[in-house]
Amino acid sequence: MSILSLKSVSKSFGALTVTDDANFEVPQGQALGIIGPNGAGKSTLFNLITGNIGADRGSIHFEGRDVTKVSAMERCLSGIGRSFQIPQPFEKLTVYENLLVAATHGRNLSERDVRDDCADVLERTELIQHANVPAGQLSLLERKRLELSRAMATQPKLLLLDEIAGGLTEGECQALIRTIKDIHAQGVTIIWIEHVLHALTSVVERLLVLDFGKVIGLGDPEEIMASREVREIYLGIEV
Amino acid sequence: MIWIDTIIQGILLGGLYALFASGLSLVFGIMRLVNLAHGDLIVMGAYLILVLVSLLGLSPFIAVFIAMPAMFGVGWVLQRYLLNRTLGDDILPPLLVTFGLSIALQNALLEGFSADSQRLPTNALTTASVDVGPITLGVMPLLTFASAVLVIVGLNQLFYRTELGRAFRATSDDATTASLMGIKPANIFATATGIALVIVTIAALYLGLRANFDPNIGPARLIYAFEAVIIGGLGSLWGTLLGGIIIGVAQTLGAAINPEWQILAGHIAFLIVLLVRPRGLFPRAND
Repeated sequence: MSILSLKSVSKSFGALTVTDDANFEVPQGQALGIIGPNGAGKSTLFNLITGNIGADRGSIHFEGRDVTKVSAMERCLSGIGRSFQIPQPFEKLTVYENLLVAATHGRNLSERDVRDDCADVLERTELIQHANVPAGQLSLLERKRLELSRAMATQPKLLLLDEIAGGLTEGECQALIRTIKDIHAQGVTIIWIEHVLHALTSVVERLLVLDFGKVIGLGDPEEIMASREVREIYLGIEV
Repeated sequence: MIWIDTIIQGILLGGLYALFASGLSLVFGIMRLVNLAHGDLIVMGAYLILVLVSLLGLSPFIAVFIAMPAMFGVGWVLQRYLLNRTLGDDILPPLLVTFGLSIALQNALLEGFSADSQRLPTNALTTASVDVGPITLGVMPLLTFASAVLVIVGLNQLFYRTELGRAFRATSDDATTASLMGIKPANIFATATGIALVIVTIAALYLGLRANFDPNIGPARLIYAFEAVIIGGLGSLWGTLLGGIIIGVAQTLGAAINPEWQILAGHIAFLIVLLVRPRGLFPRAND
């Protein structure tokens, strides 16, 4: 059964079509990678899924329910969590408090009910030793981990990751991949936008290619990367 | 000995100014809103207590507990339906709107209560004093100061120990991200102003018990509150108390030298702090 399905979803900003008739499904438990050149509409696609922007046409179903008209808040409560391309922690709150805010408000629970879960998430994302440090003092890798932790703290069934590996060193990137694999192994469905291809292909089972808002390829990562169209458009290689 | 007495009286007077200022500091700290009607809201609170006292025959100390939830409601509605609309990148709209509100409040109070100066009824407690060694301290100034400390301890507990406080700080840090986490900034801001007006009501009680008030004295209270907040460093509550104390001590010292210098001495102390520490005594790291 697919946890998420998009049917003929389109979105324009003025004359610019940023999502053009997107049709795809994400099976429960799968990790789907999204690639595409800058400005292809990848982040917009995430915003449509989370409800931060509304679709002009088409419908979005989450767990079989039509959520096209449902608010971002309610979609978050029903299990769609996301991380942002640019980490946006509450800098003056500690790492642990950042998670508490996300968990209490994102799950509509009281603090007592989420304390242990938040500590578990920090354990898993290897931030536990920084739990009481103000988020403003974290390094880039730690900020990315916090971004991931905060999304995890809402206990999402579907986790959207937006360029979380960008700007990291190779070693840091490997560490982050381990964490994401670990989350995926627990059955969380993941959709991951990433420019760091080797990071992406080491985790995802399927790859989707966007160009000018259009889905131009969807399937096995190796086959997709080998296809002529993708190599021309995405990698800029003249074939 | 007279100097020690003067300084202690000044410190206690600082408690009153800290009460004037805490609500202003809270609102500014959370939503960067400068409320120019703050002083008039204090005066409005004093009239509300006066009405409760004269209609129901209550002691002002009981009436204040009825006035507090009412003022919370006023603050909540004011923020939710008026002031929230003025918040944005531009700092001018909230200034203009609260300035207008200040004038409207003054005139409404003038219409309702006339320009006669009023006072909350005093009793034995309000004129009582205690002797501490050679110094005599009024019970009222002591109560005022204790209330200021309690309010600030309470606000700090609220800020750093509760879920609501965390939501306040998260929203203050980044309202957009907070809203993505499911916090509703409009309601958080409304609650903050509601709490600020509860403090305003406490300040109004002591204002009305210690001195006469009339509809036009709001702006002067606002100035004292502002000076206390700025001396302390914007948004720091303990700094606000210290700011209040500095102004209070300067005023009593000024008055001891020459009674005409009381107000002026407070303002001069404020200017000196601004010259030496332009961002206040306890500035926040990144404002």
